[in-house]
Amino acid sequence: MTLETILATLGKVVVIVAVPPFLLGVIARTKAWFAGRVGPPLLQPYYDLFKLLAKGTVVSRTTTWVFVAGPAVALVAAFFAAAVVPIGGGRALWAFEGDFIVLAYVLGLARYFTMAAALDTGSSFEGMGAAREATFACIAEPAFIMGLLAIARATGSLSLSGFLGPSIVHVWSVASASLVLVAAGLLLVLLAENSRIPVDDPNTHLELTMVHEVMVLDHGGPLFGVVLYGASVKLYVFAALLVRIAIPIAEPAWLAWLAFLGGLVVVAIAIGVIESAMARLRLPYVPALLLSACLFCALALVLLAR
Amino acid sequence: MTGCFIALGVLVVSACAALAFGRGGRAASAIAACGAVAAAALALPDAIAVLAGDVPAEVTILWASPIDELRFGLDPMSAFFVVPLVVLGAICAIYGAFYLDDQRARRHLGFPAFFYNLAIAAMLVVLLARDAIGFVIAWEIMTLASYFLVTFDHAQSEVRRAGWVYLIASHLGVAAVLSMFLLLGSHGFAFTDLAASGRADGGAVTVAGILGLVGFGVKAGLVPLHVWLPEAHAAAPSHVSALMSGVLIKLGLYGILRTTTFVGDAVPWGPVLLSVGTIGALVGIALALYQRDIKKALAYSSVENIGIAAIGLGVGFWATSAGEPTLATLGFCGGLFHIWNHTIMKGLMFLGAGSVLHGSGTRDLEQMGGLLKRMPRTGALVILGTVAIAGLPPLNGFASEWLIYLGLARGGSAADSSVGLPLLFAVAAVATVGVMAVLCFVRLAGIALLGSPRGDGAAHAHESGRGMVLPMTVLAAFAIAMPFVAPLLVDALTPLLVELGVEAPSSVAAHDALVDLAYVGIALWSGIIVVYLVVRRLARRRRESETWGCGYVAPNPRMQYSGASFAEGMHRLLPGVLRAKINVPYRTELFPPPVDLRANVEDPFTRAAYEPVLDRLARRFGQLRWVQRGLLHIYILYVVLAVVVTVAIVSLRDFWGGP
Repeated sequence: MTLETILATLGKVVVIVAVPPFLLGVIARTKAWFAGRVGPPLLQPYYDLFKLLAKGTVVSRTTTWVFVAGPAVALVAAFFAAAVVPIGGGRALWAFEGDFIVLAYVLGLARYFTMAAALDTGSSFEGMGAAREATFACIAEPAFIMGLLAIARATGSLSLSGFLGPSIVHVWSVASASLVLVAAGLLLVLLAENSRIPVDDPNTHLELTMVHEVMVLDHGGPLFGVVLYGASVKLYVFAALLVRIAIPIAEPAWLAWLAFLGGLVVVAIAIGVIESAMARLRLPYVPALLLSACLFCALALVLLAR
Repeated sequence: MTGCFIALGVLVVSACAALAFGRGGRAASAIAACGAVAAAALALPDAIAVLAGDVPAEVTILWASPIDELRFGLDPMSAFFVVPLVVLGAICAIYGAFYLDDQRARRHLGFPAFFYNLAIAAMLVVLLARDAIGFVIAWEIMTLASYFLVTFDHAQSEVRRAGWVYLIASHLGVAAVLSMFLLLGSHGFAFTDLAASGRADGGAVTVAGILGLVGFGVKAGLVPLHVWLPEAHAAAPSHVSALMSGVLIKLGLYGILRTTTFVGDAVPWGPVLLSVGTIGALVGIALALYQRDIKKALAYSSVENIGIAAIGLGVGFWATSAGEPTLATLGFCGGLFHIWNHTIMKGLMFLGAGSVLHGSGTRDLEQMGGLLKRMPRTGALVILGTVAIAGLPPLNGFASEWLIYLGLARGGSAADSSVGLPLLFAVAAVATVGVMAVLCFVRLAGIALLGSPRGDGAAHAHESGRGMVLPMTVLAAFAIAMPFVAPLLVDALTPLLVELGVEAPSSVAAHDALVDLAYVGIALWSGIIVVYLVVRRLARRRRESETWGCGYVAPNPRMQYSGASFAEGMHRLLPGVLRAKINVPYRTELFPPPVDLRANVEDPFTRAAYEPVLDRLARRFGQLRWVQRGLLHIYILYVVLAVVVTVAIVSLRDFWGGP
């Protein structure tokens, strides 16, 4: 292992650890701009995280160790996912055959413990959030898997680093329509998995209407800081996937990195625009939205497997 | 082989001893548990030796005339199923001794002990038998012994009904299996003879194969033949449910695998098992996620897991006939390995459910809550079990699904679209089953163990004794360790794959994939432990208070989300036939009185298909009642008539020079 590869790996680790909260800042700033406000500084999420980590916390008497395990497992899972998603113009930190399936399941593990921590409080609001999260995941997950399978089938590789590498450029030249479908499907999955409008409203003050935020209602102080950080890493994972599908630049390295980081910011701005331009859907309509993501990805799969 | 025979002897002797000395004391359970443990210690080395590459043994025993000879053998296929049988058999026997202990004063514990060891012995014979006659006899003893175990609490009417349904379903299954053996048995009933006549062409062989699939499918719980399974598993004592779900239904898959060695390619096993498995997995988990009885939910999850195993085996058969040994190895290893994994995690879950039932006195999810605080060890083990059975890494459930995924995805991305597309959609189906399983099991764990108690039983629940916690701990340790020892196991499966028809199995891909997964496991375990400790340290300045009720300061346990409300959203998205029938009277008055909500969660296949058909049949057969006179001499007349007609047919056929 040369010094250069060690430095490159370290660089990737730094990006994974440091960049995610910035995306939240970009989203907040975009929404503020749309609303005609100045908005918080771009680095506000970092300040929030440091403040939260230094605070004390209040926990409910009904809770057990599961309540603390929820944020912890979610953070570990998000970092694992970030490690197998290709970064910059090159490969992921960790690539192996079928890693996208493990990614989906590790995020499932995070979901399990987040929901269990919500149910641990015995609050009906949090139970409600958990039930919604579980239900929506049942439709979002097949879309996610089918979308990535479609690309896997077209590129003949079963590893994220393989099929989001140089071979996807060729797929863009022969089957761009299918890739657009996959990207659209994955964008909807991103919105659902990261609790964004139109699936969920992270900024509402009405607990009854929320999904993810209501699940972590009882987590305060450092626990909530860990939740927030984990959620931002998860947002980074989905944004990075989308960027690597949409902007597959591999060479030269500086342009690839520029495209990757720029792409992340563009995705964050796009989320901000979507959140500013539309309202949250009524809950009964969310499954329909996610089903359309499923259909996009299934159609792409059929087109690419033909 | 010798060890297995001695184990059989030990099981039968200990069963009879338990019956003889079991009146009103602990002796019966102790004798039976010792017998089961000794049998495991005796049979396990044999099975492991065969799996590790010893020459398969064959023994022939001469018998009285109509049977002539009984053949027994231990080949890799049998040995693969003997291991979970004797291990789980021993673990559940120990658990059962403590589980039934509080019934000591009221019941003769010799009977369950006797039937338990008899059932294990019969299952062992089923696996060792090498001819149809011994096989069917042992199969029948197994069914009857497990029937008596299921109906242990026969004072309750639903237990009697469950036993009755189990008995009828099993015997319809046996009828199909018998017909298969008769169709194939024209040259003799040894398994080698059956395989020889199975190689002959002809529609009869295909019919025999389908009969085998149906007959054994009843035992395995393939949809739509699964209807007996949830009722019987809910009714049986928990250690018996664990044994049935962990081993007995797997013998159905063993039967199907045996059938494939008889009939070969006469049935397209790959597509058949793939589609049956996918349907089974989807239907199983869809029905599991809204059950109120935790043991019924677990039973439906068994239907799901058998489906997943069938998908793996289907990939194996498909790839074998397509000439893809690597894919075949992935599929078969995944399917077979899932059988072991399901034995471990479903054993753990049913024993856990038993412990919960023991501690809180209820199987009803809506009466539970807060049990993790009151039963910390059982609760933690059950949470681990639910993570495993929801198929989440780093536990064992995912390890085998992982191989199946890779088999499907590799096959799907390589083959041409007519084959590839179904395989890729099967990947999506398995993924859907996976997330639905997460919903199902987070509901089970979250509503039962977390939050605050919803009923008196749960509020005053007590932890179970060591005798029950220890067997669960052993299974939990298996669930943790399995992903790490799996790379070694897949290499040992090679002889079994040859037996299943893979020409040159190459376990390299499966081995490498499992090594990757072992690293993932190490990363996740170390990450979770470290981050958990760090987060706990960060949150050390804590104050305790009530759960935040959005300003409401007097929350009570009834305000918690219930199991029904947790599943409601997904329940609405299920296709109508799979939903529970919910009946709420619609009142239009200005001041409506209280109304009753009734949800009928009876199995939709029973409700919509079996019951109407069977009712109609029962009415038809009712018209034949006049035959049944209740007079002995009339019956003797019937017998004489039957004999005369038979003799007449045979002699007429000889007279006209028939064959």
